[in-house]
Order: sequence, then C-alpha cells, then structure tokens
Amino acid sequence: MTANIQKKVALFATCINDVMFPDTCMATVRLLERLGCRVCFPPQQTCCGQMFTNTGYFNEAIASVRACASAFEPYEYVVGPSGSCVGSLREQHPLLAELSGDTALQQTVKAVVDKTYELTEFLVDVLGIEDVGAYFPHTVVFHQSCHSLRVARLGDRPRRLMEKVRGLTLLPLEADDQCCGFGGTFSVKNPDLSAAMVSEKARCVAKSGAEYLVTVDNACLMNIGGALHRDGIAVRTIHLAEILCSQECERDEPHVCHPQPNRALLTHNKGEKDGRVGGGAP
Amino acid sequence: MTDARRSTQTSVRSPQHSERSGQMRDTHRSASTCDAQHSAQTRGRRTPAPPPDPLLESLPFPLAARQLLQNQQLRANLRHATHTIRSKRKSVVAELPHWEELRSAGAAMKDRALCSLDSYLEQLEANLIQNGAQVHWASDAAEAQRIVTCLIKAHGVDEVVKIKSMVTQEIELNEALEAEGIAAWETDLAELIVQLGHDRPSNILVPAIHRNRDEVREIFLREMKLYGQAAPDDLDNDPEDLAACARNHLREKFLRAKVALSGANFAVADTGTLVIVESEGNGRMCLTLPDVLISITGIEKVIPTVEDLEIVLQLLPRSSTGERMNPYTSMWTGVTPGDGPQEVHVVLVDNGRTRVLADPIGRAALRCIRCAACMHICPVYERVGGHAYGSVYPGPIGSVLTPQLRGLKSVLDKSLPYASSLCGACAEVCPVKIPLPDLLLHLRRRVVDEVKRRHVGLEQTAMRCVGWVMGSGRRFGLVGRLAGWTRIFIRRDFITHLPWLGKRWTARRDMRMPARVSFRRAWRRRARDKK
Repeated sequence: MTANIQKKVALFATCINDVMFPDTCMATVRLLERLGCRVCFPPQQTCCGQMFTNTGYFNEAIASVRACASAFEPYEYVVGPSGSCVGSLREQHPLLAELSGDTALQQTVKAVVDKTYELTEFLVDVLGIEDVGAYFPHTVVFHQSCHSLRVARLGDRPRRLMEKVRGLTLLPLEADDQCCGFGGTFSVKNPDLSAAMVSEKARCVAKSGAEYLVTVDNACLMNIGGALHRDGIAVRTIHLAEILCSQECERDEPHVCHPQPNRALLTHNKGEKDGRVGGGAP
Repeated sequence: MTDARRSTQTSVRSPQHSERSGQMRDTHRSASTCDAQHSAQTRGRRTPAPPPDPLLESLPFPLAARQLLQNQQLRANLRHATHTIRSKRKSVVAELPHWEELRSAGAAMKDRALCSLDSYLEQLEANLIQNGAQVHWASDAAEAQRIVTCLIKAHGVDEVVKIKSMVTQEIELNEALEAEGIAAWETDLAELIVQLGHDRPSNILVPAIHRNRDEVREIFLREMKLYGQAAPDDLDNDPEDLAACARNHLREKFLRAKVALSGANFAVADTGTLVIVESEGNGRMCLTLPDVLISITGIEKVIPTVEDLEIVLQLLPRSSTGERMNPYTSMWTGVTPGDGPQEVHVVLVDNGRTRVLADPIGRAALRCIRCAACMHICPVYERVGGHAYGSVYPGPIGSVLTPQLRGLKSVLDKSLPYASSLCGACAEVCPVKIPLPDLLLHLRRRVVDEVKRRHVGLEQTAMRCVGWVMGSGRRFGLVGRLAGWTRIFIRRDFITHLPWLGKRWTARRDMRMPARVSFRRAWRRRARDKK
C-alpha cells in the first residue's frame, strides 16, 4: 500500500452532507484515516455554489467560491464525497473566479482545482488502492449520478472499488445512467417532470430486488430515497463512502435510513405513481 | 454552357444587408397585397388547418409539461421511439473508432464557418449565381414569406410540393402561403402525418414521433380523401401498408407540381452546392420533378468547402437516424440545363441568427446540424415530447436556440433554459460538441440578469440571502445548527408535507430531515474528545 506515506487531506464535506448526511462525511474521514491519511476539516468551507450557478445566479455564487478557495488553499489534497460538488468546484469555480475579476482569487482557485479529488478518484488514482478492506454483506444497486459520470468523470472507479468489497453483491440496475430528476432547482422549477423522472428511477430500483441503493452523490439519494420512502419501498439508501468504511469487526451497521413502509399507500397505490403529482401521503 | 444559364435578374445584390432587405420588401409588397384581399374573400382553406388553439405555445414550459405529462399514450409512444433510436445510434457510433475525432473535426469546421460567416455567405452567393441560381436575402420571417410567395405567384400556380424543412416551419411558411391561397403539400411521410393530422411536429427529425401506427392509420383514413387520393378502406396499420398509402397519395401531387420548396442541410460555399440528406426519396422527387425549385435555408447552414461534407455526412446519419449512411443524399449546384428544375432560387434567411452569432458563448448553438440526437437522449424530452417547448426546435438544442433566436423576451422563452436537469447526456451525444449544459447556464444567467434589471424578485432575494450565508463557514455552521434544532419538534426521519415551494418537492417524495448534529459540530466534538 502506498498509503504509508502520510498525506494531508482537507475534507470537502459539501453543504448537503454537512447538514443532512453527516455520517457520510464521518465515514469518509474514518476511511481516509484508516488508509493512513491525516484528515482536516477547514471550517471556513461552505458549499460549491452550484445551487446559485445552476439557477443562473453567478454573482451570488462567488461568495461560496471565495469560502472554498480560502479554506482549501493550505492543504496538499482536497477530497470530497460527492461527484457533483467536486465537479462543480473543478469546472465552475475557475469560471466564476474569472467573472469576479479578482486575479488573486483566480490563482487560488486554479491551485485548489488542481488538487481536488472526488473520494473514489483519490482512493484509486492518488492512493492507488482499490481494495480498502471493506466488508458489506448485502446486495446493492449503483446509481451512477449524472454529474459524477459527466462532470467529475469518475468513470468506473466506484464500481472497481465496490467489486473489491467483501460480501457485497452488485446487481444490475435498469437505466442506471439515466438522470433521477433532481437537478437542483430543477426539482422545484419543473416539479412535474422531476416527479416523473424520480418515479421511474424508484421503479427501477424497486425492480432490482437489491437491499441497498448506492451512489456517490447524496443529493440524488435524497431525491430517490424520498420517493422510495413515499412509495413504501424497503430499499435502503447509502453513500459509497459508508460502504467502504464499514468493516467486518464493526458491530454497528453503518447508519442508513430505514424507510417505514406506509401500509395505506402500499395497498392503495400498487401500480406506478409515475408523474402524478398531488397524490401526497394520506 | 454559360449562355444556357439563367440571368440573375431577381436576385438583389447590394453591399449592405439593410438595403437588400428594404428593396426586397418594396418589390414584393405590391404583389402580395393585391392578391391578399382576393384570396381572403373567395377561398376557404386549401390544406389541413394546424391545431386551432396555440395554447401550448404561450404557456411557460413547466405548465405545458404538466399538461403533456398527463397524456399516457403520448408518453408511451415517445418512450418507445426515443429508446429505439437511442440504442440504434449507440451501436452505429460504437463502430467508428475515430468518432471522437470526427466530432472534434465537425465542431472545428462549423466554428470556422461561423467565425467568417460573412465572407463564406458572399462566396456562396457568388458561386450560386455563377451556376445559374438566383439568390435572395431575408432578414426575418416576414420577409422570407414575402419573397417565397412572390416567386410562387410569379409562376401562376396555387400549389407547391415541399421537402421537410425546419427553417420553413420556423418562418411559418405554410400558413403564410395558405393565407395567399397557395397550398403547400408536405411530402415527407412524417410531415404528411402531421399535416393531415391537423397537428404540429414534435421532433425535428421524426416530426410524428408522438404518433403510433394506429393513430397514423386513422389519420390517413379520415383525411386523405379530403385533400386528394383517398386511403384504401382496408388500410392496415402495418408500416409498409401505411408507406404505400402515403406514396399513392403523394404521387399525383408530385406529378402535378410546377414549383417545389426545400430547405438545405448544408450549403457549400466554395462550390455553391446545396445538400439535402433524407431517407424516403420524396425529397429527390421534389428536387428533380418540378420546373422551379425554391430552397430556403438559414444562413448558419454554410460550410466552407466540399471536403467538409466528408465530416458532416459521417456525423449526421449516425447521430440522427442511427444509420451508417442515409438512403438519399441529393446535391445540386444551381441549374443543370435539360436536367431537373430549370429555375433555381435560394433564399438565405437570418431571422435572429446574427443576434445569436453576436453572443460569444451562445453562438455555439449555431453549430447545430439538426440531427436530434440531443432530443432522443434527453430524459426531459422523452417524457413531454416537442410540443411543450413551444417552438419548432424542441429538446436541449431548442432550449438554447429558440430563446436566442427570439430574443429571450416571452415567459416561455425565459422558462426554456430551465427545461433541463443538467444531466449532460445531450452534450455527450452532440456530433458537433455543442456544450449544451454550459449554454443552458449561460442563458439562465441572462434570464436572471434581465429580471434583476427590472425588479427585485423573491427568488433573487432568497438567493442573495443564501449566498450571504454561504460566504462564511461560521454563518453556514449556525444555519446547520438551527436546522438540527428542528429535530426537537419533529422526531421522524422524513416529513411528508413541506409548506410553500417545498410542496413541489413533497408532492411526490418525502423530505429527509436534517441531521440532529451537523458534521461540523460532530467534528468539533470528535476533536475535543481526542484531546
């Protein structure tokens, strides 16, 4: 293992993980520490600013860019457990920094971009590890989130890591490269379309027969998981970092959401609720 | 050979575009006004009327999408069609090891053409005239309509056959001709289905993608008899039968027509050659049978040299229909004496394109070669079809092209850049590498900036506030802490009802509650415990 040389890593927690999915961040920290890294959490960091940029509010995103730049500048590596946020940092921040007209910021951003990795990239490319010594005796399906595929360009790294997890069975997921319909503010600006898209994704996940749905982006999990929970489909959602962190000796299973099947919905709505909004919970 | 070529008496060539437009306008106004009254008084409609209520065209995208999502038949048809064509494309593209290089070459070639569009257009015009064609310039839709109407009337005919053409739909030529008492018959099978079905196209490549064969059969049986050769009573819903029926119906129109209208897939500047790429052969009929051919094309269709066809003729069929080669590729260079139309007109249409060209980021949309690959791969288009986009150009390319062509003014146009989840699948398949998600963001920014200029909106205020919070880790940490406190009141992991805008989320899915302790605080505790 090349991990013996201690690497100083700044964790890019991302706003959604910080507030909604702290377990993913903690799992990332434990995993990296287990592999011999020294992990820090620079508290100035906030968010990648995608919410603003992708809605057209470029100027409003610049504060986030500054926060990230100043937080991550002193570190050797920046690692985030999110394809979407890491992709945004790498692809959008240079553009936004240029827009701000601040040349010092542009330079800092460029330096930060060059050392920022998504977790799976960092494991496979920098640490050179595919077998992280994880144990997860469950059947899973993997949703390749759009931004991890096409913006951060993670390729097959997540799958390679999963293949080395002992006990894990990766099942095929129908239309796994299709968008789940989250799309940030898209889900609120085009709610009916987003609902139709997530319904189909939830249907495919339910059909797969897996125990867990895995992604490298918790935003997608929030969307698909919300739909699974609404439909009373007992597939749990989990971030890949939490799977990679879990080991055989651990007594506790990683924290996952356990949806409580809504009986009334199950009996009332056996068929696909695809695209129909306003149904809501009884 | 030169003596046999026609003179260019009606082409107006003066150095300044504005002058050209002005002259054209004056020449044709008198001709069209004299007949307008006559046609309005004496004639009913010649061709099937498009849908009477253009309601969808004025609705913002999310509302139009809501209506269309209800139509289960439409969704099933679209899903089947897009998935079929998607997988066909994927397999034929995989056959070419140099596909990525081809895409780059296509993008570079189109960029080269667009960067010097003015000189390539003049080169094209000179070569067209030299080869006996007559060239007309139209700055907008109305002017293009006038030019074409005048040319048709000059030949004393009241009907024309048409090849499927996007730009003629963009300038609403059929309805303009109908108003002048001229029947324009669509001869492309799918366009015929749309025209006879009193419908609007929903795809640029497969205009009737939203119809299935049973619906097509019904349309043929009901409508064909009203506009020419009737469909046989025992018509089957079998594709071969339907095609044979259409062929029969169209044959008499082809043989009767004196004037044909076409678009062009490419206009080659260095030779003055126009190119049409098609599958059915109906285009070939229009291009060769009638005496007069009027080709209407957008100015962005120019490609520099005939060698450049090598790139686009590989890219287009594989990206569009998923074929290695399309069945018919027609090329014509002006007039060939004794062969084909002996009078050839080319109308070069701007209609907003120079405005698109002026935007250094937005201009990439003009690279488009109209293959529709972005539509077929788009998860949004797949569910609502083309009608929700309120334009002849739907899907991701429509979302970036339409608002730019029309000027980002209407509520609909402002909603189009948001009609995407930014999944990026479109950019991956675009044969000329148009960075569609980047363009969508660029246009979203333009929408936001324009709204900002006029008033301070709610969304803007919210974004500004959240932006302020995100400017500091301390402020964001405080918000995370406040969010955690909500767990004191709500113990469950998920909530089923959110107020206000949140309703749009909880209408379909439950909302996960924030964590009791944010990572930030957990980290601090951990550090304390370690000490």
